[in-house]
Amino acid sequence: MAGRRLEARGLGLTRGPRLLFSDLGFVLSAGQALILRGPNGVGKTSLLRVLAGLTSADCGQVLLDGQPTSSLSSAGRHALLYFGHANALKDDFSAQENLADQLALDANFVPLNEQLAALKAFGLLPRRDVLARRLSQGQKRRIGLARLALNVGHRGKPVWLLDEPTNALDAEGAQLFQQLVNSHLADGGVAVIATHLPMDLAGSTQELHMQEGA
Amino acid sequence: MSAEPSADAELAAPERGVWIAFCRDLKLAMRSKGELGQALAFFVIVVSLFPLAIGPETALLKRVAPGVVWVCALLAVMLTLPRVFQSDHLDGTLEQLALSPYPLPLLCAGKMIAHWVTTGLPLAAVAPVLGLQFGLDGRELMVVVAGLLLGTPILTMLGAIGAALVLGVRGGSILMALLVLPLYIPVLIFGAGAAEASMAGIDVSANLSLLGAMLLFGLVTTPFAAAAAVKISLD
Repeated sequence: MAGRRLEARGLGLTRGPRLLFSDLGFVLSAGQALILRGPNGVGKTSLLRVLAGLTSADCGQVLLDGQPTSSLSSAGRHALLYFGHANALKDDFSAQENLADQLALDANFVPLNEQLAALKAFGLLPRRDVLARRLSQGQKRRIGLARLALNVGHRGKPVWLLDEPTNALDAEGAQLFQQLVNSHLADGGVAVIATHLPMDLAGSTQELHMQEGA
Repeated sequence: MSAEPSADAELAAPERGVWIAFCRDLKLAMRSKGELGQALAFFVIVVSLFPLAIGPETALLKRVAPGVVWVCALLAVMLTLPRVFQSDHLDGTLEQLALSPYPLPLLCAGKMIAHWVTTGLPLAAVAPVLGLQFGLDGRELMVVVAGLLLGTPILTMLGAIGAALVLGVRGGSILMALLVLPLYIPVLIFGAGAAEASMAGIDVSANLSLLGAMLLFGLVTTPFAAAAAVKISLD
């Protein structure tokens, strides 16, 4: 994959009377990750949503490969993968159907055997036909990880925006997640991760400590 | 953009988004069959209440039939509108739709088509049976069905915009009704107008043509409006 580059310049966002962040900037080039730290409610999710283009910032720009992207532009939608608090699973679909559905929406054409391999890697193979409503929170999260795993490498989306991805995951799941991010970065991907867990990532990692009104 | 030529070739077909969203919503609708039957049951029951309430006066029943069928169809469609976006909004898939490489208006168009197939189409299919209770004859029934086939997609398309706008708003369903019902007035006038014209023995093509024109206009404009409304409610 060609090196991807994500850059933020002078981002500012207020929500009602509260200033969440102002003049926030960073540069991530291929293989780099940014870890967002900070207490609850400090604006980590809002920042990720701004980067994804779901929320418009009050000022500043997000640049993808040096090109400013407007919110939900075509270039952004091809490059950005947003994995939010919500698992984005349909309760009435099985684990496998949910994965297939997400990949279809990502326009990521993955043959069924590879989908099953990804489900197997996250321990979901025996539960692949179980409706998502009957899966535990951790298992639901793991479907999201399987989707991420199928976005590693030349196909799929190179810029990952992950909002507390390890929520509800057990220790093994968190471990698998770290391996996943590492292989993504090794492949020249870029990741912005909001998390409270210590992250032990291979490539060069930046940390951004967000504070109230900073 | 992508280094992969094959990925580009596949993405060069954004219209696939319509099909993907359509299949997805249709499949989801089939999974919750109870919900699927609700609008239809509502339509059948409410329309059937009128002959009971008004009494067996054929002339009067026939006179009110088009209006009754159309108002009930309109309400039945409106009851199902939250289904278009609400569950996607709650479980976070709406964000994934917005971030999909497929253009959001096309995904919205697919969702609208799926909604119509699961609501408007069944309503039009049972309308002849209900029309019999009002003493409509064959030709009049055909005009009612034709009107519903042309008109209910418009109800879905306009309604989807309203449904997207009230996402995440408390008391959204009443607000949606207030937003959407006034927009339904032209469809109601021409739909019921066609049926009345056929009873009066006048040419019905004017009314049906106007419905068809609204349908075509809606097809090209409302997906964009619905997509814009979705973006606003995600912001």
